[in-house]
Amino acid sequence: MATTSMAVRAFLLLLLVFLSLANLTLSLYEDQVGLVDWHQQYIGKVKDAVFHTQKSGRKRVVVSTEENVIASLDLRHGEIFWRHVLGSNDVVDGIDIALGKYVITLSSEGSILRAWNLPDGQMVWQSFIDGSGASKSLLTVPTNLIVNKENLILVFGKGSLHAVSGIDGEVLWTKDFAAESLEVKHIIQPVGSEAIYVLGFVGSSQFDAYQINPKNGEILKHNSAALSGGYSGEAILASSDILVTLDASRSKLVGISFQDGELNLQQTSISNILGDSSGTPVLLSSKLPGMFSVKLDGGVTLIKVTVEAKLEVMDKISSVVAISDAIPLTEGQQAFALVQHGDGKIHLTVKLSHDLSGDLLKESIVMDNQRGMVHKVFINSYIRTDRSNGFRALIVMEDHSLLLLQQGAIVWSREDGLASIVDVLTSELPVEKEGVSVAKVEENLFEWLKGHLLKLKGTLMLASADDVAAIQERRLKSSEKSKLTRDHNGFRKLLIVLTKAGKLFALHTGYGQVVWSLLLPNLRKSECEFPTGLNIYQWQVPHHHAMDEDPSILIVGRCGQSSDAPGVLSIVDAYTGTEINSMDLVHSISQVIPLPFTDTTEQRLHLLIDGNQHAYLYPRTSEAIDIFQREFSNIYWYSVETKNGIIKGHVLKSNCIQEVVDNYCFESRDIWSIVFPSDSEKIIATVTRKPNEVVHTQAKVIAAEEDLMYKYISKNLLFVATVAPKGSGAIGTATPEESWLTVYLIDTVTGRILHRMTHHGAQGPVHAVFSENWVVYHYFNLRAHRYEMSVIEIYDQSRADNKDVWKLILGKHNLTSPISSYSRPEVVTKSQSYFFTYSVKAIDVTLTAKGITSKQLLVGTIGDQVLALDKRFLDPRRSVNPTPAEKEEGIIPLTDSLPIIPQSYVTHALRVEGLRGIVTVPAKLESTTLVFVYGVDLFFTQLAPSRTYDSLTDDFSYALLLITIVALIAAIFVTWILSEKKELREKWR
Amino acid sequence: MEKGKGVMGAGRRWAVDLTDNSTSPCCRDVPDPPGFSRASSDQDDSTVSRQKKEAESTWKSQKAWEVAQAPFKNLLMMGFMMWMAGSTVHLFSIGITFSALWQPISALQGVGKVFEPYKDSKVDLLGPKLLFIALNLGGLALGVWKLNTLGLLPTHASDWVSSLPPAQEVEYSGGGIPLH
Repeated sequence: MATTSMAVRAFLLLLLVFLSLANLTLSLYEDQVGLVDWHQQYIGKVKDAVFHTQKSGRKRVVVSTEENVIASLDLRHGEIFWRHVLGSNDVVDGIDIALGKYVITLSSEGSILRAWNLPDGQMVWQSFIDGSGASKSLLTVPTNLIVNKENLILVFGKGSLHAVSGIDGEVLWTKDFAAESLEVKHIIQPVGSEAIYVLGFVGSSQFDAYQINPKNGEILKHNSAALSGGYSGEAILASSDILVTLDASRSKLVGISFQDGELNLQQTSISNILGDSSGTPVLLSSKLPGMFSVKLDGGVTLIKVTVEAKLEVMDKISSVVAISDAIPLTEGQQAFALVQHGDGKIHLTVKLSHDLSGDLLKESIVMDNQRGMVHKVFINSYIRTDRSNGFRALIVMEDHSLLLLQQGAIVWSREDGLASIVDVLTSELPVEKEGVSVAKVEENLFEWLKGHLLKLKGTLMLASADDVAAIQERRLKSSEKSKLTRDHNGFRKLLIVLTKAGKLFALHTGYGQVVWSLLLPNLRKSECEFPTGLNIYQWQVPHHHAMDEDPSILIVGRCGQSSDAPGVLSIVDAYTGTEINSMDLVHSISQVIPLPFTDTTEQRLHLLIDGNQHAYLYPRTSEAIDIFQREFSNIYWYSVETKNGIIKGHVLKSNCIQEVVDNYCFESRDIWSIVFPSDSEKIIATVTRKPNEVVHTQAKVIAAEEDLMYKYISKNLLFVATVAPKGSGAIGTATPEESWLTVYLIDTVTGRILHRMTHHGAQGPVHAVFSENWVVYHYFNLRAHRYEMSVIEIYDQSRADNKDVWKLILGKHNLTSPISSYSRPEVVTKSQSYFFTYSVKAIDVTLTAKGITSKQLLVGTIGDQVLALDKRFLDPRRSVNPTPAEKEEGIIPLTDSLPIIPQSYVTHALRVEGLRGIVTVPAKLESTTLVFVYGVDLFFTQLAPSRTYDSLTDDFSYALLLITIVALIAAIFVTWILSEKKELREKWR
Repeated sequence: MEKGKGVMGAGRRWAVDLTDNSTSPCCRDVPDPPGFSRASSDQDDSTVSRQKKEAESTWKSQKAWEVAQAPFKNLLMMGFMMWMAGSTVHLFSIGITFSALWQPISALQGVGKVFEPYKDSKVDLLGPKLLFIALNLGGLALGVWKLNTLGLLPTHASDWVSSLPPAQEVEYSGGGIPLH
């Protein structure tokens, strides 16, 4: 122990010597951007797409997505021209192009209307739309509705209809429908008609049609008709004067013709026109001229609507998955596309709407089956050189990817599923097995030398501009970075990400390229239409058998929205991305608890808790149960019920009492519970330590007083933050007097509250991070009108008397013997608060392999950047005037706010739009940690919180070192020869 | 070679041994010349050499004491250097401290060699040696003291605890907010 202690000292010494010599900063130089970091931009699953008209010339498409992104994409390469991320609470409801130069978007439930300049995406105007009610929102941009020389945009939102000027966004008139409780389905302005038609339903049995004067919003005519069979919620405008809907029982189609002020209802039984079927018919929302489509039993029937609202079956097409809206062609024709699936290919057919017999286009494209089914299709036409119509189709797949098809081929594809990552894990890459061949080494040696010579030139300022460019390219495109094998420093890893679509991607940390992807089959089954509760866990991480066994990953999900829906498990090989095993569980999953035990094959034991507090052990092997039985009495679990404000602790009791004997199922018993009074406290955040965190030491040395404190390091600590119910709303809704924030540190084995503190006049949202023996949390201070960050450090007082050096030298102490939470250790806490400028989206802390390196907090700011904040700034021992000894220890004088140093932005000039999470993974090199930030964009970088003290920096010139050594050796030889000669001469004298 | 030997052997015809090996007058063939007293000259010779030897041994012991005291100057010098170096850890103070430690150690290793020239049956080297060792030990102590003031000696509890990993926990508890 003496040697290790000395080694650490000597190492620190060396470090200090090194630091005193090297003048490094934490920030990057401009040419270091992209060296270890990468940034990828995504947009998310496309909801709606509007192609530019041919007149505008540029080949672009404007899309709105489920991640609330509006973007303009290049049709040639799929690149983003411009993009706006509106944020998670500003959902885009409608998008269209007005006046041929503005992109109009309606968002936030129909309350914000914006116009963006089409070529560059700059905002032209923005209008807030007021209204009394809440309703579905609709955006209609009539092509030729000009009132008083102004192009009108019709917006239905907040229960009223608004006419907005397309030029400056001014609201011209408003017509309130909130009193009628009208659920508006369509707003149209038929060609050649003066009036605007507002069509909607009141309740489920009345249809209303309003004719409105576009000049002033006055109601010209109002008709209503009772729907005898009710209404299913779907209504489609088949033509400019006929609306088609399904009745409540979904057995009859109701055609309603509304023009000329007469409502004419025509009911047709589905079985009459489509034949008998057991499936439920669904109206598809594709806009087709004079037609509509009904999906039934996987097939789609196109039904024509005649002028008298009579229905006529045009065509029945099987296995259709998506139909596009119709687009106008030349000569008044309209065309639409439909997509079918078949034997690994997708078949795209473009048909003329008035003549379904012939196909304008029929293409088959081989499609990667990891992309799943086609969800949406948008088409656009262009004039070929031979003056015929060519078509390009933008298709949205099940995995949220976006592809452009043209001339029977995929022109480009975008992996936009990566914009909605729900969980991240990392996996090691395979160990390099065979030695590299000699030839390769020689080539590498030559390349290596060449590279270093270039670098040397650079250092000696001899490099030309071309050389500088070559050096930069070499640095950025090192082949080392993208190798698919493990490296010595542990920088190369696989980031395994699970997206909302239920697809797994393995990204290489080198450049972020996709190594494999897998659309999880058991989440795609028909009975599992909306998988929820998706999470991934490490299932098997082989260390002893790293050469011949692959790590694997457990994916947990639930079929359906309800919490008692049965769970599905899937185990996937992390190297190849193949599914090894999948299970459909009989029980639900409310919690997954990875246990700290592994079996002989290094499979981790997992405890799955169902809705009835039964615990199920996985893997289901006898070996696992043996290990589990050995530790049975020491395994506890807790549940946090945010709705009721209760935290409960449970212990496992015995095997389940069921009809079927299941050895892997255990009953649990409540042992403690903490009930928060519902009138004063509401749980808003809980945080625990990361299970994979390594702590180097249990002692905190206070050098100033030559004292020692023992950290209270427990994996079973839970940080809970509660706010007063009045303060749980948005900031500004509560006064400082009626809002307070209470934080707790709770031992989850015994339910003991170790620490409790109340911040009066504070409010959520609370973001917190728990590491070692400290918690840092971020909240809003209502009195100071500023955000605050607080730190709590917790120390074990019962070990404090272990200070006798001799006892420690002789090992006569109990500091390393296992401890139990039931020993009720006495703890002390220290805390301090500071102001912090930004509101925060996520907080995380850097993790390193051995936990020696000092820690940095990674703060995802509201500006979608990541700020690295040294933990030393959040040290409760900071004081206004630290003593010299404290200063020497590194204690920073206390300031009321935390500094934001522009150079310490991890993301430098980039923004990770829609930032949602930060993940840190230790590299093998102790000084370095890998940081992955995800949101709509992805960002990855390496960080060295205490600088890279254990390796040479990237710009270290090995060639210079080599040349120096060679020169020295040569000098030694020369001087040796000279001295020999001189000696000889003197002997002759 | 054999030839040469032969020549040598053959070349030696005669030889006279002029040395007078005998010391006692009794068995000498030739009597001493008159006025020559063998005994007196013998005695005279021995007194001179004795005096000489005495002078040498005093000189040697004097020198030995000088050598033994030499580290004292060194000690003062070292002390001054250490005072100059200050108590913060940096390259200079480390260098000084390590040389302050190394010098006495190397000197102590070579105690025998240092006093080799003054070795004499009549000279008592124990005193100087002890002084030399004591002074060097003093220097070593000074070095160690410096090391301690620099905080490089594991004399605090923190030096022994900081490498101890956190204790294992008996219980394990997991869980949290249900999946949603």
